[in-house]
Amino acid sequence: MRTLALVLALLLAVASGAAEAQRARAPRPTLVVGYLGLEDDPRWQRWETYANLELREAMDPVDGARVAMRDARIVGRVLKVKFVLEVRRAKDLDGLRAAFEELTEGGARFFLLDLPAETLSAFVAPYRDREVVFLNVSAMEDELRGEKCQANVLHVIPSFRMLADALSQYLAHKGWHRILLLQGPDPQDARIAEVFTISARRFGNEVVEVRRFLPTRDPRAREQNNVRLLTTGVEYDVVFVADHRGEFGRRVPYATVLPRPVVSLPDHGPTIGLVPSAWHWASERFGSPQLNQRFERQVEHRRRMRDADFAAWAAVRQLLEAMMKAKRTDFAAVREALLAPDARLDVYKGVPANFRPWDRQMRQPIVLGTHNAVITYAPLPQFLHQRNVLDTLGVDEPNTACRL
Amino acid sequence: MRRSSIRTALAAACGLLAVTEVQAGAQGLVYVSNEKSDTISVLDPAQDHRLVATIEACGRPRDMEWDPTKRFIYVACADDSEIGIIDVEKGEQVDAIPYIEEPEAFEFDHAFKRLFVSNEEDAALSVVDLESREVIAWIETGEEPEGVLVTPDDKQIWVTSEASNLVHVIDGETYEVLADIPVGTRPRRFAMTPDGREIWVSAELAGKVDIIDARTFEVIDSISFLPQGFRPEQVTPVDVLITKDGKRAYVALGRANHVAVVDVEKREVIKYILAGNRVWGLTLTKDEKILYAANGLSDDVSIIDTETLTNVQSVPVGQIPYKVLVRE
Repeated sequence: MRTLALVLALLLAVASGAAEAQRARAPRPTLVVGYLGLEDDPRWQRWETYANLELREAMDPVDGARVAMRDARIVGRVLKVKFVLEVRRAKDLDGLRAAFEELTEGGARFFLLDLPAETLSAFVAPYRDREVVFLNVSAMEDELRGEKCQANVLHVIPSFRMLADALSQYLAHKGWHRILLLQGPDPQDARIAEVFTISARRFGNEVVEVRRFLPTRDPRAREQNNVRLLTTGVEYDVVFVADHRGEFGRRVPYATVLPRPVVSLPDHGPTIGLVPSAWHWASERFGSPQLNQRFERQVEHRRRMRDADFAAWAAVRQLLEAMMKAKRTDFAAVREALLAPDARLDVYKGVPANFRPWDRQMRQPIVLGTHNAVITYAPLPQFLHQRNVLDTLGVDEPNTACRL
Repeated sequence: MRRSSIRTALAAACGLLAVTEVQAGAQGLVYVSNEKSDTISVLDPAQDHRLVATIEACGRPRDMEWDPTKRFIYVACADDSEIGIIDVEKGEQVDAIPYIEEPEAFEFDHAFKRLFVSNEEDAALSVVDLESREVIAWIETGEEPEGVLVTPDDKQIWVTSEASNLVHVIDGETYEVLADIPVGTRPRRFAMTPDGREIWVSAELAGKVDIIDARTFEVIDSISFLPQGFRPEQVTPVDVLITKDGKRAYVALGRANHVAVVDVEKREVIKYILAGNRVWGLTLTKDEKILYAANGLSDDVSIIDTETLTNVQSVPVGQIPYKVLVRE
């Protein structure tokens, strides 16, 4: 049924397209949006564990950008330009720089950056004074918005701190104030534990104890690998697992000594219990089913939309929206519209998004969900702010380490 | 079709019981499409708006329009990708126009020869010939096209694009795009002033209605809404209606749970009337004495007396009521 309709639609599209081509014979100027990423970025590989169990399917956030580019056809019709997404993937920093120079020579001024935090900060540093805008779509590390911030780097993906604050709000609202924190051996686990601990304090929650776990079955290390032993001898309302690999953490729910919920903060990886995220495939509100369906139809294998896909989609939408607002496409006008404090981009999460002036982070609601359901959206209505409720999520202006 | 046989049987049984009491197609009855229940609830105003029948419809029924005889309801079913045709006298769906990808809102031309329907999936407006049932034209729009308006002379078709924040004006004969007008965030529905000079369009996430000059295609003004006790982001206007005398407009404010009453000439809000949760679909009776408001998140319909401007009754219907039609 769908196929037939599609064929019909395509035939008609060809017919009406010919008429349109005749009307708009004059070629439209091209506007290039760059997309820079790493070849074989480990963050987007299929995430497999022992015995080929798939904990996360392979993905590529460029899919999100491509979905938004479909919208660029009409925005292009209005602004009389033709939008093109140029995707470049490189092995290393040198390759990224070469691709960047090539695209800027061709006139590109706006770039989506799909890079891990360390690569990103090393890459953008020399371009501090260049007339370009970078949109970070996948690195969630807070220092990129703090001490390492840069005026021409905008962050569309939420920071870890925003995600942690969303979770902390929910725990505070439920009265689950006492938290047992289980921390893995990885440096990234330590970072996640730290950001969550700071966030817990902000919302009046307390990490009552930190216990280190080890991914081993060694009986001599049972204090650190047995969930019963890890969760006994202390009072808590909820268990937070800092385990970015998700391999140990997936066995914590339902295995604790006390019957307590388990929550975590994923780093694009597998989720454990209730998690905060930029996006959720099962969101039923604010028009999100439309975006999810659009995404699933357009990507190969109909995979579900994830946080980095969402950020890449939102980054392109931000650019298009800014151009529509500015009614032109020259760099200065678009940059100004992009950063306008009254900008309102619909990101299908109920409250419109725009960029914070103090650290260039996109304010946005955060989804709190399980593996197959949305539980609620943060900010929760009980948490108020003197200016913008979205600023109850993430590092607020008085506390920022960013000096632009 | 995605319905389970048990549900179908149950609903059919309920429908049968009800039909024996009141004809599902009697004059004066009120029809409400329920997006999540795949049904149309039938209310009888003569019996205190009691639910008198439930008609099984195609999957995810949303917008509805009468045929000129008012015996058939055309209903846009997104999950089945068709426009269902319901014979209200038989109380069942008797036919369908197939292959309309995810239809949301639609309108007929005034000669009842063509149907204009927005297709969410294809980002297009389709023109369907009602006799041959074929798509005779297909016009590219921005993402998520939604509200459709056909001018009284059939010369222009206006369509909103929710995700692109645009209103497209399309020539009713050549189907050329005459204008792409940037408007407030997430434009949803239209109303035209009776003199044909202004087109009002609701902008759901901007919390306002933009007023477009129908000749110059420029946004000339906008009206913002904020009922007491609500935050601006809760004001999400969807449906908008203008009365026949052109004096008053009604705007459903979505999650602000109120219907705004607007003085059209002064472009000022006169009153906010409390409705249900996420009020969106609005319909007036022919004499304009009653305003029906479908409440998407409280699964009921508010009945508003337009003389006293009060909500006099709420009637539970199916899940996610979307649109109301009155047979009169």
